[in-house]
Amino acid sequence: MALLQISEPGKSLAPHQRRIAVGIDLGTTNSLVAIVKDALPKVLPDSKGRELLPSVVRFLPNGQTQAGFEALESVVSDPKNTIVSVKRFMGRGIVDVDHIENAPYDFVDEPGMLKLRTVAGDKSPIEVSAEILARLRQLAEDSVNDEIVGAVITVPAYFDDAQRQATKDAAKLAGIEVLRLLNEPTAAAIAYGLDNATEGIYAVYDLGGGTFDISILRMSRGVFEVLSTGGDSALGGDDFDHRLYCWVIEQAKLPPLSLQDHRKLLLSCTHAKEQLSHNPLARVHETLTDGTVVNVGISQAQFFEITQNLVAKTLVAVKKALRDASLKPEEVKGVVMVGGATRMPHVQRAVGDLFGSKPLNNLNPDQVVALGAAMQADLLAGNQSKDDEWLLLDVIPLSLGVETMGGLVEKIIPRNTPIPVARAQDFTTFKDGQTALAIQVVQGERELAQYCRSLGRFELRGIPPMAAGAARIRVTFQVDADGLLSVSAMEQGSGVQASIDIKPSYGLTDAEITRMLQDGFASAKVDLLARSLREEQVNAQRLLDAVQTALNSDQSLLSDQERVAVEQEMKILKEVLNEETESAILRKAVDHAAKATDEFAQRRMNASIQKALAGKSVAEI
Amino acid sequence: MANLSASDDYFRFFGLDQQFQIDLSALDRAYLAVQREVHPDRHARGSDSEKRIAMQMAILSNTALQTLKNPITRGLYLCKLHGVDARLETNTAMPTAFLMKQMDWRESLDEHAEDLSSLEVLVEEVNQSKQETLTEVIQAIDGAKNYERAAELLRGLLFIDKFAIELDDAISALL
Repeated sequence: MALLQISEPGKSLAPHQRRIAVGIDLGTTNSLVAIVKDALPKVLPDSKGRELLPSVVRFLPNGQTQAGFEALESVVSDPKNTIVSVKRFMGRGIVDVDHIENAPYDFVDEPGMLKLRTVAGDKSPIEVSAEILARLRQLAEDSVNDEIVGAVITVPAYFDDAQRQATKDAAKLAGIEVLRLLNEPTAAAIAYGLDNATEGIYAVYDLGGGTFDISILRMSRGVFEVLSTGGDSALGGDDFDHRLYCWVIEQAKLPPLSLQDHRKLLLSCTHAKEQLSHNPLARVHETLTDGTVVNVGISQAQFFEITQNLVAKTLVAVKKALRDASLKPEEVKGVVMVGGATRMPHVQRAVGDLFGSKPLNNLNPDQVVALGAAMQADLLAGNQSKDDEWLLLDVIPLSLGVETMGGLVEKIIPRNTPIPVARAQDFTTFKDGQTALAIQVVQGERELAQYCRSLGRFELRGIPPMAAGAARIRVTFQVDADGLLSVSAMEQGSGVQASIDIKPSYGLTDAEITRMLQDGFASAKVDLLARSLREEQVNAQRLLDAVQTALNSDQSLLSDQERVAVEQEMKILKEVLNEETESAILRKAVDHAAKATDEFAQRRMNASIQKALAGKSVAEI
Repeated sequence: MANLSASDDYFRFFGLDQQFQIDLSALDRAYLAVQREVHPDRHARGSDSEKRIAMQMAILSNTALQTLKNPITRGLYLCKLHGVDARLETNTAMPTAFLMKQMDWRESLDEHAEDLSSLEVLVEEVNQSKQETLTEVIQAIDGAKNYERAAELLRGLLFIDKFAIELDDAISALL
C-alpha cells in the first residue's frame, strides 16, 4: 500500500516537491558544495567522506583531466600541467596578475584574459574552473540522487565585472544554471546571521587562499543589507606561504630552484604555516631533487614579523570600508571571521584589536561561505515559505566609469551603490556627420583610466549624421543583482536606436562556449542539441508555473476577457511543450506567451508594492 | 499611497509627502517594504517578463532611495520637479563672500595638512556652514517655495560637500 505524504500546513514542501539547488564555494585553494536538507545547510562529502575538494586541475596528454585530490598528487611531479589557484587568473590578463613570474605555468597572453599552455592545449582559466565545477555538480547529483535545478556560486565581494563574468561562464560550461552570483562575505553573513538570530551592524572579515574581502552589513530581522565592501582580490593565505618560502630561501641561502623543487618547498612552507597556528615552533624540512637538504626552523614570532605587512594591508581595507559606511570600529557589534587563513593567531589578534572585540569564530571558517550559499540557493529555488524568506541587499564593490578626454575617468556608478542599479549618461559627437562613437568602460577608484580595470570598448554605430554636438546619445549602464554590467544606447534627438556593438575584452560569447563544448570539454560530453532543448523546456515550464501561480492568487487583476486570453495562451504553450522537439520553435512559443502575460505581470508587481506600502502605513498608526 | 504610474515622482513612489524635510526612517521602511516585493531574488523562479519587470522596479526603487536619502540630491530633485534647473555644469557663479570663505578654507587645508587638530577644527567649521545652508534650504523649499533660491543654495552646498570630502581624505591620510 502506498503511503501518502502530508506536510504540515505552512511548513516547507514535502521532499519530493523540493527543488534541489546547491551552494558552491569556488575557492582559490579548496572548493565545496552544500545543500539544505531538513531545513539545515550541510556540506556534501565525496564518496570517501572528504568535504573540501582541492581546487586543482591536471591536464593529461590524452585530453583527459583530473581534478581535486587526484590532481593534487601531481602538483610536484607535473607542475606545468597541474593548475593550482586558478581563481587568481579568472578574468585577468598577464599584466594584471601580481608576481606572475613565480607561477610555474607557461602563460599565453590573449586580449582580456590569459591562457595556460598545457599538454592538452591552451586552456582558459574559465575552462579550468569549469572542470572543478563539473566535479562538484557530479558530487552533488550522486549525493542527492536527483537533478540539480541550479546553483548559487560565491565570488569575492571585491571581484570586478570581468572576474564575475568569467565565473558565470565557467558555470555555463559546466552545465550549471547560476541562480545567483553571491558575494562570499554576504553568504557568510547569511549563514552566521540566520544561525545566531543576529541584529545590528556586523563586519565580515574574509581572508581566503587568494582573496581578501571585508564587508560591513546591517542585519535586522529578515534583512541583510550590505553597507560597504572592500578588499583586495589578489591577497590571501597563498601570499603568507610565499612570504615564508622567500624567507626560507634566504635563510638557507638557496640558489634559484627548479619548478619541481619550488612546488615541493612551497608545500612544505604551507604546512609549516598551518602548524604555526597551533604551535610556537615549526620546521621546514625538505630534500630537494639534487639531494640538498633544507632544514630551517621558524618561531611564531618570526613568522608574525615577516608577514605583518600582509595583515596590515588587510586592515587598511577594513578602515576604508568603515569610512565608506560612515562608521567607527566601536559601532560594529561583532566581526565574523571567514576563510582558512583567519586561523592564523596574529590575524585574529589584529582584527580583535582594531574592533575592540573578540572575533566571532563559532562557524567553521572553511564551510561558512558554502553553507550561506546553500541557504540562498534554497531560498531562490522557492523552498522557503514566504514568512521565513529573508531579503539580501548587496552593493557594487568598485566604481564604474567611462574614460573621457585626456584619459580621465568620469564615474557613472559609485562603489557601494545598492544593486540592481542603472544610470544613464548622455554623450555627443565632436565632428560633423560623425556616425560612430566608442566608449571605454572602466572599473576602479583611480582618477586615471590607465590605473583602472578596463572592461571593454563599446562601439555605437548608426548614429544619424548631424552637426557636431547635436546628437544626444543616451547610454544606459545597468548592473544586475549578480553585479554584472550591461550597456544599451539610444540616440534621443532623432529617436533612432543606435545599434550597439558591444566588444568587451573578456567573457565568452555563446559561440565560444559551444565551441569549447564541442572541442571536448572533458567532464561534460553532452549532446548540445539535447541540452538546448532541455533549457527551453525548463523555460517553458517555468513560465507555465509562474502564470498558474499568478492566476491562482491574483485573478482579480484581470477582466474575464483578459483571463480567458491568458489561459488560452498557456494552453497553446503547454501543447507545444508536450510535442515540440525543436528548441528554436519552442523558444518562439515561450517568447510569444511571455509577451501576452507582460501586462499581467506588471499589474501584479504594482499591486504588491501598493499592498506593501499600505501595510507599512497601517503598522505606523 | 504609492502611485506607480508616477515613477517620475520618487516621493509619491514611496508614499511620502513632497517636501525637503522628510522622515528618513519612514523612507527606509518604505524602501525595504518595496524591495521585499520587487527584489530579483523574490522572482528567481518567475517568468522572464516577471524577472524583467522586477528588475526594473528594483532599479527604480534604488534610484529613488539614493536620490531622496542625500539632502543635496533630494533638494535638486525637488527643484527639478518644480521646473527649476540648477544648471550645475554651466552656472558656477557664486556670491563673493561665499568664494572668499572657500578660499580661506582651502588655504587653511593646505597650511595644516599635517596637523590633525587644526583639521578637526576646520571640519567643525565646514559642518556648521553646511548645517546653516541646509536650514536655509528648508526655508526656501518647504517655507517660501522659492526654488530658484534653493537651487542657488544647493549649488553652494555641492562646493561645501566637495571640500568636506577633500578634508576627510586629508584626515584619513593622517590616521
